[in-house]
Amino acid sequence: MTVVEDVRALVGVPQYEETGEFPVERSYIWTMSAAVENGNPLFWDDAVADAITDGPIAPPTMLSVWFRPHHWAPGRTEQALPLQVHFDLKARLGLPEAVMTDNTIVFYEPVRPGDRLTTRQILRSVSDEKTTKLGTGRFWVIDVEYTNQNGGIVGIESYTGFGYRRLSDGVTGDDGNGGGA
Amino acid sequence: MSGPAPVLEFGDVAEGDILPSLRYDVTASTVVLGALATRDWRPMHHDKDFAVERNGTRDIFLNTPNQAAWFERYITDWTGPRGRMGRVTFRMRDSVFPGDTMVFDGVVSEVTVDDTGCGWVGLDITLSVDGDVKSTCAARVALPVDGDDNPWHRGADRWKP
Repeated sequence: MTVVEDVRALVGVPQYEETGEFPVERSYIWTMSAAVENGNPLFWDDAVADAITDGPIAPPTMLSVWFRPHHWAPGRTEQALPLQVHFDLKARLGLPEAVMTDNTIVFYEPVRPGDRLTTRQILRSVSDEKTTKLGTGRFWVIDVEYTNQNGGIVGIESYTGFGYRRLSDGVTGDDGNGGGA
Repeated sequence: MSGPAPVLEFGDVAEGDILPSLRYDVTASTVVLGALATRDWRPMHHDKDFAVERNGTRDIFLNTPNQAAWFERYITDWTGPRGRMGRVTFRMRDSVFPGDTMVFDGVVSEVTVDDTGCGWVGLDITLSVDGDVKSTCAARVALPVDGDDNPWHRGADRWKP
């Protein structure tokens, strides 16, 4: 089996199911809202949140944040990577660089402070080789499903990534070991 | 907060309506604050040397989840807190760097009521710098159909995003 066939065999297979290292943190909601100067009173005024959303919620677009680990944790021996399937594809296909080109998020139950979310990643597709202005590589689509501690689905994210070798690297005949991050 | 939050209702909106623009001057702090707030520790969102040497970009640049948060803010500035986002699709065409002035513009692409009685507004939003579109966001947002309706109180059987 070629590497590409090997990778494509994972299409539709749930991988990396895990529960978040931390519950949803309220202070992080304020950090995010401050970073983009989002004054939505749902995040700042408990009376408004009580009236409209039955208590505080997290900004819906923070869904993926709850699964990105803090930069360091005691006893952690290797740096956990969010969207591991994406990094697996880069490594297995020998594509040192990558960008995310397209991202869809569908929102279900609101996420609330204290929630413990569980996620799993599902590869949906891997394209044939293509060349863009960035370089030569492949596009792939990864779904990330999120559920809360009650089993309720809170959202599904779908990412399109493009893993590539820079065109200048290609000229040197680099066969994939570009020392990628 | 400045004054009471707006309450936009479904009946206030028509296809073709233009949303107010939002302009924002991006600094290195904008990029780094958003990267840290989204726990995106990858160096091209805080280390200029890495971004230039490894990504081939001219500077650090806004990461995707940070852009998502900016689009959310743009949408809910318009809807007020009763607006509930159902679905968003982002497409990144080019990067946004410190020194850029981001301009968000939006237009109502669709207004529909689904079979549960939920009022949905489609939005086509662009993030531009100097007139060049850097990212787009297609959003589907629920608005209250009347004073008694609250999209946030819709349970799973009445929420079809």
